Amino acid sequence: MKYNFDFASLQEYWPEFLRGALMTLEMTVIACVFGLVIGVLCAIGRRGKRKWLATLCGAYVEIVRNTPYLIQIFFIFFGLASAGLKLPIFAAAVLTMVFNVGAYTAEIVRAGMDTIHPGQIEAAEALGLSTPQIYWDVILRPSLERVYPSLSGQFVLMMLSSSVTSQISAEELTGVANSVQSESFRSFETFIVVAVLYFGMAMMLKFAFHLFGQAIFPRRRRLGTPL
Amino acid sequence: MSAVVKLHDIHKSFGSVEVLKGVSFEIAKGEVVAIIGRSGSGKSTALRCINRLETIQSGTLEVCGHRIDNEAVDLRALRQDVGMVFQSYNLFPHLTVEENITLAPRRVKKLANRDARALALESLQRVGLAEKIDAYPEQLSGGQQQRVAIARSLAMQPKVMLFDEVTSALDPQLTGEVLRVMETLARGGMTMVVVTHEMAFARRVANRVIFMHQGKVWETGPGDMLADPKTPELRDFISNGL
Amino acid sequence: MGGSFTVNHLIYLLQGMMWTVVLSALAFALGGVAGFGVMLMRTARTRLLRQISFVYVQLIQGTPLLIVLFVVYFGLGVVGIELPPLLAAGVSLMVYSSAFLGEIWRGCVEAVPRTQWEASECLALTRWQTLVDVILPQAARIATPPTVGFLVQVMKSTSLASVVGFVELTRAAQVVNNSLFTPFLVFGIAGVLYFALCYPLSRWSRSLERKLNVGRRQAA
Repeated sequence: MKYNFDFASLQEYWPEFLRGALMTLEMTVIACVFGLVIGVLCAIGRRGKRKWLATLCGAYVEIVRNTPYLIQIFFIFFGLASAGLKLPIFAAAVLTMVFNVGAYTAEIVRAGMDTIHPGQIEAAEALGLSTPQIYWDVILRPSLERVYPSLSGQFVLMMLSSSVTSQISAEELTGVANSVQSESFRSFETFIVVAVLYFGMAMMLKFAFHLFGQAIFPRRRRLGTPL
Repeated sequence: MSAVVKLHDIHKSFGSVEVLKGVSFEIAKGEVVAIIGRSGSGKSTALRCINRLETIQSGTLEVCGHRIDNEAVDLRALRQDVGMVFQSYNLFPHLTVEENITLAPRRVKKLANRDARALALESLQRVGLAEKIDAYPEQLSGGQQQRVAIARSLAMQPKVMLFDEVTSALDPQLTGEVLRVMETLARGGMTMVVVTHEMAFARRVANRVIFMHQGKVWETGPGDMLADPKTPELRDFISNGL
Repeated sequence: MGGSFTVNHLIYLLQGMMWTVVLSALAFALGGVAGFGVMLMRTARTRLLRQISFVYVQLIQGTPLLIVLFVVYFGLGVVGIELPPLLAAGVSLMVYSSAFLGEIWRGCVEAVPRTQWEASECLALTRWQTLVDVILPQAARIATPPTVGFLVQVMKSTSLASVVGFVELTRAAQVVNNSLFTPFLVFGIAGVLYFALCYPLSRWSRSLERKLNVGRRQAA
């Protein structure tokens, strides 16, 4: 059967696509920043001496990693609404993203921390550094440098997963695509265009993370070797 | 006697670094040749060219009647005639000794499964390890693994065998057993090309020694030449060890 | 709206859960076969095959699964092939899994030392014989933990099939919630059921990996 592609009729929607793409990026950036903070705190919590905190952080990570993101979205969004807390959709969508990516980040950061040799910590203790100082300078900074590739990969995946927030009517790229296809009746073309846009954004994001990594890790910039 | 291996004016570069700068030598049937030289002299590369693990840039190369300096060479036919033993043994860790030895005969020469064990046993007897037929490589010492690697190569009944620093990865007390196996092979008439650091072995077992230096054949002669080096480079090499 | 959660609702969710398992198995099986093909192409000697498969992997890994699902669903629809939702979801998940599994397995094949290829070559084995008899058995050991780990990923991803109306666990939960409007309870139960499917697999994957690491350390 023959099918005539018609991408021309989608031209008038390009501002919509652009708006959706920008919102996707905005949501991703916010989610990554807060996700990183939560992930680092959670990774520290799991290593800490307080048993209950370690258990709590462990449970959070396992629950998020072993249930679908879509279920997490419905649970949080509809759940909060039924409890009387009506968040704006944008805030709700970002909240679910932070909740989700925080757990994955925690697992990656923890793996990074596990690679720090105990001798490093002993050396820092012998030099009289305090526990927070040791965490920041001796554990966290090299860990983050080491897991930076997995971390940025995870953030790119989060950007792609954010398409799922269209299911609670977030007006990001996939949400826009849904309304465009129902108006234009060119579903196939619409989703091809959107697939290309996502792919472009994923490449862009990867490149941005590469540049960012060069900027914040001087050792990596000067030597170019993995730590 | 006819030459089994003929190298003529072989040039080989890795990128911009020329490692072989016009290497020529011939090896006759039944001859045992030791190639010695410093690391970086090109001796291992020359050996690896003989069974086309490395491609050459120019020169002519003939091994067991196969012209192998062109693109169209039948590599599988060549490799059935040429056996190779590596420094790091390269046994297949997931297979038993028997399976290691019989894999290629079964797959390449279509040896029947019922004849495989007999072949494995026969090959192992030649290296004195018949009792290890059902072991896995990790259960063997380095010297034993290397002897199994020799048996694996023998089972293909090669016309020439290449040995690439086969004792270099072994503890000194384990090199003896491997060298003894090689010596027995040599006495049995196998054509052998041996890249080695074992000067005593080269002197005692080899019919001829080739000293390579800076990508060239620098000096060549019978084993005795090691006692009376002609070039200062060889003299230096012998007195300073490796 | 209204009413309370009954045994019937639970049975409905469990039926959905069964379809989640069916869809996961289908996607994993199809994706495994296609992923094997991707792995072969990614490690092929022909440059063109490597490039084509590289682009394929990049494209799929750079596009949201939800969009792949829409492209397949609407795309095949307009070309005149009316796919039942199960099949549309199965095909999308196959495409998605093939890219990720192909890439995971390529890494495992490349983790087998080059010298194993060389030794096989010297024994006159063909490339295919080398792959089947020497490389794959060794790669399989390394590949098991991440492959089981990816199965968890597939299982979670099947929830997206709800979007094209396939009644698996997530869709079933939506249907129940639409009549009861007790989202914490309904999606909570759905979450627990997913957890019951995924968590054992995650644990298994991790224990496999630990065993592999111990084995490696002893070998070294």
